[in-house]
Amino acid sequence: MVSLRPQPSPKQPRQPKRTERQPAGGVAATNAGRSAWLGVCLALLAVACVLSIVIGTKNIAPNTVWNAFAHFTNTDDQVLVRELRVPRTALGLLVGAALGIAGALLQAVTRNPLADTQILGVNAGAGLFVVFAIGVLGLTGIWSYVWFAFLGSAVAMVLVYALGSAGSRGATPIQLTLAGVALGAVMEGVSAGIRLLKPRAFDYLRFWDVGTLAGRPLSIAGAVAPFVAAGLVLALAVAPSLNALALGEDLARSLGTNIARARALSMIAVTLLAGAATAAVGPIGFVGLMVPHAVRWIVGADQRWIFAYTMVCAPVLMLAADVVGRVVIRPAELQVGIVTAFVGGPVLIWLIRRRTVSGQ
Amino acid sequence: MTGPAGSGLGFGRRVVVVRGASVSLRFGVRTAVICGVLGLAALAVGVLALGTGEFEVPVGEVVRVLLGGEPGPARLVIVEWRLPRVLLSLLIGMALGLSGAVFQSLMRNPLGSPDVIGFNTGAYTGVLVAMMFVGRDYYQTAAGALVGGLLAAAVVYLLAYRKGVQGFRLIIVGIAVSAILGAANQWFVIKVNLQTAVAAAIWGQGSLNTLTWDQVLPVAVSVALPTALLVALGPRLSLLAMGDDAAAALGVRTERSRLAYLVLGVALTAVATAAAGPISFVALAVPQLARLLTRTAGIALAPSAVTGALLLATSDWLAQRVFAPTQLPVGIVTVSLGGVYFAWLLARHARGR
Repeated sequence: MVSLRPQPSPKQPRQPKRTERQPAGGVAATNAGRSAWLGVCLALLAVACVLSIVIGTKNIAPNTVWNAFAHFTNTDDQVLVRELRVPRTALGLLVGAALGIAGALLQAVTRNPLADTQILGVNAGAGLFVVFAIGVLGLTGIWSYVWFAFLGSAVAMVLVYALGSAGSRGATPIQLTLAGVALGAVMEGVSAGIRLLKPRAFDYLRFWDVGTLAGRPLSIAGAVAPFVAAGLVLALAVAPSLNALALGEDLARSLGTNIARARALSMIAVTLLAGAATAAVGPIGFVGLMVPHAVRWIVGADQRWIFAYTMVCAPVLMLAADVVGRVVIRPAELQVGIVTAFVGGPVLIWLIRRRTVSGQ
Repeated sequence: MTGPAGSGLGFGRRVVVVRGASVSLRFGVRTAVICGVLGLAALAVGVLALGTGEFEVPVGEVVRVLLGGEPGPARLVIVEWRLPRVLLSLLIGMALGLSGAVFQSLMRNPLGSPDVIGFNTGAYTGVLVAMMFVGRDYYQTAAGALVGGLLAAAVVYLLAYRKGVQGFRLIIVGIAVSAILGAANQWFVIKVNLQTAVAAAIWGQGSLNTLTWDQVLPVAVSVALPTALLVALGPRLSLLAMGDDAAAALGVRTERSRLAYLVLGVALTAVATAAAGPISFVALAVPQLARLLTRTAGIALAPSAVTGALLLATSDWLAQRVFAPTQLPVGIVTVSLGGVYFAWLLARHARGR
């Protein structure tokens, strides 16, 4: 694979109108600056993890957290930390990174600024297959239905992409978005039908459906971790080719990029990431939409940096949304999927109202 | 009566013009025939739906009972239990088809239908709020649906407005607002007890299961009134669909007419949503289906109304019978059929470019 420096599109000098657009460098234009900012993001991530463990229906003193691991004496608080808060935080880290990178991958591959696993119907596909596995086949263990989630997200992605790129002009952002929304609606409708036909599944699924990190044992995080890890590695491996792809297909090909392989690997990565995340916590939207946009604003257009930053920042958003959900309606909790939708909806509106949406 | 053959200008369609003292009527032969065929098909589906179910009645018997047969178990089942549902499915389908035709003509975009621009999700939010804080009877639910839907549509329209409303932006803003409201809805569904949650979820899918004779008259009146006004407004809609300048040049007061059509379209959707819940994709698919069948240049109201009635009656019959004895909400059938159609529309649209 050819390693590429981020370069402005060769068309830009000839089109002075476009120079008002965001420069390729972003806020941090040098690699030293980007590394420094990455350190800041890592610090934020650490803070988010600590908050996620400490804050909740019952706040826990930080030294209790320390004692829970250093000097475990089986007190209530220590058990709470080990059995509930830590698994929840671990799950938030995994799912956040998975959904963020899946969104970044989709935005890069489809060259569509509005791409997200939720908007393109990938989560709905995984959800439909999981609902089918739980409601119709009666499976309940994560190891039995996680495979259905992969299958579902793969099927949804292939369908949406095929539909969105039908026609002579290939996949336009508009068409792809509409295809995703339409197929997502169909799949959600069918899974709603299954749930209504199986009332017992309805009760089980109405919590899974919203997307929540709560009440999941550490074994679920453990079960999806290998898939998320594989997806992240694939994403990082394919990032340089995506940089080339951003210059346009012809240029990418002449630079020696295997376009078909780059796309296929990205799709496999998205399937693994979105499927694992959806199987673990239910459909959560907008994380994959928001984080890559924010990150692009800092680091510019280089996919390698975008992926590195997204991997750190998406879990921050996920954990922050989860903590906010625990705090706003105490002692009850707002599911994290609800919080991300409340935040992400306005972001989507802002993106579409901007004067220049890249790719439009 | 004149046909294009004599006038020298051939549009490739046969047109009949009826001139009376104060009203003149001009309609295409194909449109009229298709409308008639679809209307008959809708009636046939209605009779079929009246006859099938747990208690099977032969078609001849159904017709005899409808024409005033003697009291008996067949009469009880057909007239008291099944007839209101069939009537309402026809009426609501008609209302949805008409409102879809109005919105799509006004937006000049096949995607500008009330379910895409957030009306349904907003109506669902309104109903959940009404169920939680006011009560669960028919009129309270209906009021909640109306207010919620109108507010959502207004918010979507205003957020999408930026030197005019562009179709794509409207749709994406609709998706975003729907996502926000959908999150709120899910939160409400978790907050309430299981019984209310199931009731709300069934309403949220769009269902005719709970409708009885009590709702037939209010729905019939509130569908008939806007429909009559639409007829009275005449051909202005198709002129507006040609663009404001062209419509104004042809003598239409564009702003006034647009407002009138908006109000009527919203009223029709609101009636349907209040009675049966948000039934997705009917308003989206029907006008385009009708246009394909009649091969008219633009979206026409009468074919849309008949197609809507046929589509909803058929979908409701399928929803009742396919998984019998379990009754599916009709919205699940329409979202599956309509979504597939929507996908096809996109693919076809792409090929055409």
